[in-house]
Amino acid sequence: MEEATHMRNLSTRAEGPDSLRARSVGGLGDPSRAPHVDRSSPVTERQYQGIVHERSRALMSDWMGALARAEAEGVATGAIMISGNCVELLRACHVLPMFPEVTALQNAIRHKSLPLILKAEQAGYSSDNCAYVKADVGLVLEGGMGPGKPIPFPSLVVCNYVGCNVYVKWFAHLADISGAPLFMLDVPFARTERIADADVRYVVAQLEELIALCERITGRRFDIDELRERLALAARAQEGYARCKHLTKHRPAPFDSYFDSINMMGPINVLRGTAEAADFFDDAATEFERLVDEGLGPLSEERVRTVVEGPPPYPFYKSFRNLFTKWGAVAVQSTYSTVGGIWEFGFRHDPRRPLESIAEQMLVQNLTNRSIVARYAQIKRYVEEWEADALVIHSIKSCRLFSAGQGDMREYFTRELGVPTLLVESDLEDPRYYAEA
Amino acid sequence: MTPDAILARCRALVAEPLGAIATRWRDGHPGGRAVAVYPVWAPAEVLHAGGVLPLALLGGGSSVELTHADARFQSFVCSVAKSTLELGFQGHVKGVDGFVFSNICDVARNLGSIYRRNFGDAVVEYLHLPQNSTSPAVVPYLASELRRLAATFEAAWGLKVTEPALEASTATYNALRARIRALYALRIATPHRLTTPELYTVLRAATLAPPDEAVAMLDTLLATLPEREGRPRDRLRVVVEGAFCEQPPLGLLEVLEDAGCYIVEDDFLLGWRWFRDDVPTSGNAFLALAAAYVNRAVASSTRHESREHRAVGLIEKVRRAKADAVVFTPAKFCEPALFDYVLMKQGLERAGIPHMIVEFEEKMWTFERTRNEIETFVESMLFE
Repeated sequence: MEEATHMRNLSTRAEGPDSLRARSVGGLGDPSRAPHVDRSSPVTERQYQGIVHERSRALMSDWMGALARAEAEGVATGAIMISGNCVELLRACHVLPMFPEVTALQNAIRHKSLPLILKAEQAGYSSDNCAYVKADVGLVLEGGMGPGKPIPFPSLVVCNYVGCNVYVKWFAHLADISGAPLFMLDVPFARTERIADADVRYVVAQLEELIALCERITGRRFDIDELRERLALAARAQEGYARCKHLTKHRPAPFDSYFDSINMMGPINVLRGTAEAADFFDDAATEFERLVDEGLGPLSEERVRTVVEGPPPYPFYKSFRNLFTKWGAVAVQSTYSTVGGIWEFGFRHDPRRPLESIAEQMLVQNLTNRSIVARYAQIKRYVEEWEADALVIHSIKSCRLFSAGQGDMREYFTRELGVPTLLVESDLEDPRYYAEA
Repeated sequence: MTPDAILARCRALVAEPLGAIATRWRDGHPGGRAVAVYPVWAPAEVLHAGGVLPLALLGGGSSVELTHADARFQSFVCSVAKSTLELGFQGHVKGVDGFVFSNICDVARNLGSIYRRNFGDAVVEYLHLPQNSTSPAVVPYLASELRRLAATFEAAWGLKVTEPALEASTATYNALRARIRALYALRIATPHRLTTPELYTVLRAATLAPPDEAVAMLDTLLATLPEREGRPRDRLRVVVEGAFCEQPPLGLLEVLEDAGCYIVEDDFLLGWRWFRDDVPTSGNAFLALAAAYVNRAVASSTRHESREHRAVGLIEKVRRAKADAVVFTPAKFCEPALFDYVLMKQGLERAGIPHMIVEFEEKMWTFERTRNEIETFVESMLFE
């Protein structure tokens, strides 16, 4: 009954295996089938998801607070990256995770990134290097680690090399500056149709070495049952996040799956494996289901449904969003929200196979360790199943993992699938690369 | 054959499109295949052991105008990725049976899959080379990755890589690398006998020839070079570092030398002289090659080494080559080189080794500003 209620706002459209092909022939490229847009009334943004936003902010603030107190309280901390991370393992090892990427983006969104970037460039970093790294290095050179309150240097630097080659450099530099031991967790790129057993064995062996290193740092013995509990909580959070993301199939979508997903990306990528994160996603899904029931979306009117590819321009987050808002464009899916894990297609951590399950997630169940062409398939599925009208590619200079070759992606979607595609270029961290005109 | 005659042959080979080289070789080796490998390192031994001619895929240099690749890759992407893609669109690699890319950087990673999407007639394989240098699990993993590569070519073309064949190919490439090391030793001792553009051309030709032919050519060159005329000059001895993937235009190398430098060491074509010494040829050949990658490789911006600081390998190179200074030459937009520049520069400064940086692009054609910068650097060193 409840499901039926949720589904009633879904648009009716004849679906079939060739639905996207039909668009490419007489579909979105054909003006007669373009979404009807009534421009007579302006689109406004509703203040619609206060609970989710506020809960996320409080949770992330608590985590930052714990990091700030860690040194005084004798808690070990471990720097780790967002993409395909193994945060549950660090938590089970009683190592409090810290995420330099989160620090960098928070400084960008607070308009504090440019002086830090310039500081790093003074130290020799190129204007063509990833600005995420430079903002972080600049912060460290200034003597700090946190975006607001100071965070001590990490006890351990865990480079989860999951796709992004810059991660290897970033964390090697962080270890060099901080003096913390560097653990290079090498995750083979997803390059075969099925995960090779050799890849899983290799990652599991490294996870076991990481556990041993954490034991030495914390002086605490690792408990596999605690990891199982963490993974069960992680799976609950993944389920809740997936529920939220599937709700944007409704018309109107209850939230913007690009700009609003940031409220969920913190908890899913940073706090996964905690009861707080699992509860958060249960509540977020309930809140978004309520909005679906009430037929409410993020805008006064949903005129165009988009899929957005690429990270956002954090220094101009609101300005960029406004560009879409005024056209009534709502993102119903985004690739950026899957950098830590692609949960909406069904993968969950399995507490019965703890290390193997973590390895599988790192190897293939996240966006960054898949090829750019595999991303085309992910986006195509979003366009089809979430019934999007167009694709927006936000191409950022800093992150070549995301951006290098997005022109080929545009060719594929426009020429081969007939999906209207917009490609815009700026940066996720460096305000010098953003111009609205 | 004189050095000049060898150089003329090398220049002619380097000027040929890869596709033409591949086609000619296949015509002479029925059933064989030719596979082009993108920088930095690829297991040429494994390819060769299966009856494949490995060829270096190093972009289009200044020979190809971009008419398609600019629409695929943005302005902030390095030139070698774009021109390599352009080679495919313009048919310059038609005749090459396969391509191998690896995880040297994010751009190369994406280039590999875009190659596969756009040029599906060829076999395009992607290798994940390990970045963990200390785990006991890394050598078995890499051996399995090398076997997977062999299996790909066996499935595609029926070319099987046996252990004895791989041992023999490893010995062949050991011989080639030994000749290259000897050439560099000669260069370090008597840099006036072979200019850097000449040395580079010879090496580039060695990446396009069957390895046994390359060994024979280098043997002749090594035997005749000591007799070559040449007058030592009072120049600054420098190590050039940073051009391990995108290759610098010959004009830049000429300017570096004309402006008062002897380039006594470099990292051009690094993958073809990847190992510090011979790869063992007894025992399990796949494991031996994998172990050599982990334990005998030169320092590189594309292979993380946890056991030593990034500057250590460069400082050793400076001392071994009796160099006075380092000229960093990162390609424009090359993140591995640009990131490593910071750590290496700091290491050089701690060791008291002077350095300067010159960015380049493969299509760079005017060098006057670079010449001025280098001359100033050289004068500051020679007359301080």
